[in-house]
Amino acid sequence: MSDIADRVKKIVVEHLGVDTDKVADDASFIDDLGADSLDTVELVMAFEEEFGVEIPDDAAETILTVGDAVRFLEKNAG
Amino acid sequence: MRRVVVTGMGMVTPLGCGVETTWKRILEGESGARRIDTFETSDLACQIAAMIPRGDGSNGTFNPDDWMDPKEQRKVDDFIIYSMAAADQALADAGWKPESYEDQARSGVLIGSGIGGLQGIESASMILAEKGPRRISPFFIPGRLINLAGGYVSIRHGLKGPNHAVVTACSTGAHAIGDAARLIGFGDADVMVAGGTESPICRLAMAGFAACRALSTNFNDEPERASRPYDRDRDGFVMGEGAGVVVLEEYEHAKARGAKIYGEVIGYGLSGDAHHITAPAADGDGAYRCMQAALKRAGIMASEVDYVNAHGTSTPLGDEIELGAVQRLAGNNGAGLTMSSTKSSTGHLLGAAGAIEAIFSLLAMRDNVAPPTINLENPSVETEIDLVANRAKSVEINVALSNSFGFGGTNASLVFRKVAA
Repeated sequence: MSDIADRVKKIVVEHLGVDTDKVADDASFIDDLGADSLDTVELVMAFEEEFGVEIPDDAAETILTVGDAVRFLEKNAG
Repeated sequence: MRRVVVTGMGMVTPLGCGVETTWKRILEGESGARRIDTFETSDLACQIAAMIPRGDGSNGTFNPDDWMDPKEQRKVDDFIIYSMAAADQALADAGWKPESYEDQARSGVLIGSGIGGLQGIESASMILAEKGPRRISPFFIPGRLINLAGGYVSIRHGLKGPNHAVVTACSTGAHAIGDAARLIGFGDADVMVAGGTESPICRLAMAGFAACRALSTNFNDEPERASRPYDRDRDGFVMGEGAGVVVLEEYEHAKARGAKIYGEVIGYGLSGDAHHITAPAADGDGAYRCMQAALKRAGIMASEVDYVNAHGTSTPLGDEIELGAVQRLAGNNGAGLTMSSTKSSTGHLLGAAGAIEAIFSLLAMRDNVAPPTINLENPSVETEIDLVANRAKSVEINVALSNSFGFGGTNASLVFRKVAA
């Protein structure tokens, strides 16, 4: 597992208050992890802060699962 | 109008978490005021406040985790957490848990706040200045809006009836209870969860209220002596935080389910000073008309009022103006009247004040005891009204009146009466 994936999962656990083992690669923020639309906005902000990137709104809309976030950040971060 | 009774009560105050904890400490003459240790105060004129004792929930302390998931707490200002705690307590006390569609639709919420999420506005504005608009949380707005105190309560408890909020500065809590009682009286709901909540203890509010010359500044080293209504050395109010919430219920609805009844809301009066944005009118006419209106609605004479829970904030102007208005109301019966300011113990909870004081008025009736006005060492004026200096007083109380007056010249009075068992 990449360093980026670890950091993403840590943020998800902190923000959504879910157990680490639920934060699977294909877990959907809304359908599986109990997030609402505002939670997902805040998650994206937390990713931006952690990785020092800007995630445009149209890209943010495609980040629906933990894996989506990891892949986006692996491609665009650092 | 239909009769409205109080069947549940809950509160979080600077004297502790819970109605009985707070009430016991008030009767013992304790003060909730202390030096502020949660933020820098060295450059503030007033460095004290009446703060909720936080802890693990034991010994009357307030543990926010007992009332709201830490993940949710992050999204909201403290005034919402306080109202959740007070509403949970009040509904449990009332034994009201609406589950059917009909019961939920007939149960509503009306919880107000004087200022709402000032702490969060203060910190978000700093993020905006330092990091820019993309760092403002999506929870910034919903976690600060005043009506979200009631909004959160309605979501947790399935209250699908009237969903309303009051914002009338320091009269908020009294207006919320009075308006909610009217909603039941008019038939819009059978049960209303009503009250006020406030979390103003932050640098921004301390600076703003001090600029209005409203806060006590002479007692930074003796915080427990700072809130001293009617005393000659009073020099302003002590800011407090917390929430008070009651469950109001239509009388037959309460009786049918065998609910315990603390008292009936028999009167509610409102008035405006139309005088000044922060100062009360010197003639006290607004306060007088407000009490008069509440007595008229109650259908009783001033002589039937046994106890007045005063607004009495410990400001140089306000206390005597209110006292004069009550004297005018009482006429020749002032000697038979008992009046005290529980703000001497709790500090001034702004939008929550009217709600916790309504509860103290109901408890005074329940226990036939008038809570003391502490720190009343040298009254600034002579009066035949008993101001219950420093020690609680046993006295039969069948009718209690609670006053609340706010910035903007907004006044509210509530009148409660015992209900025969």
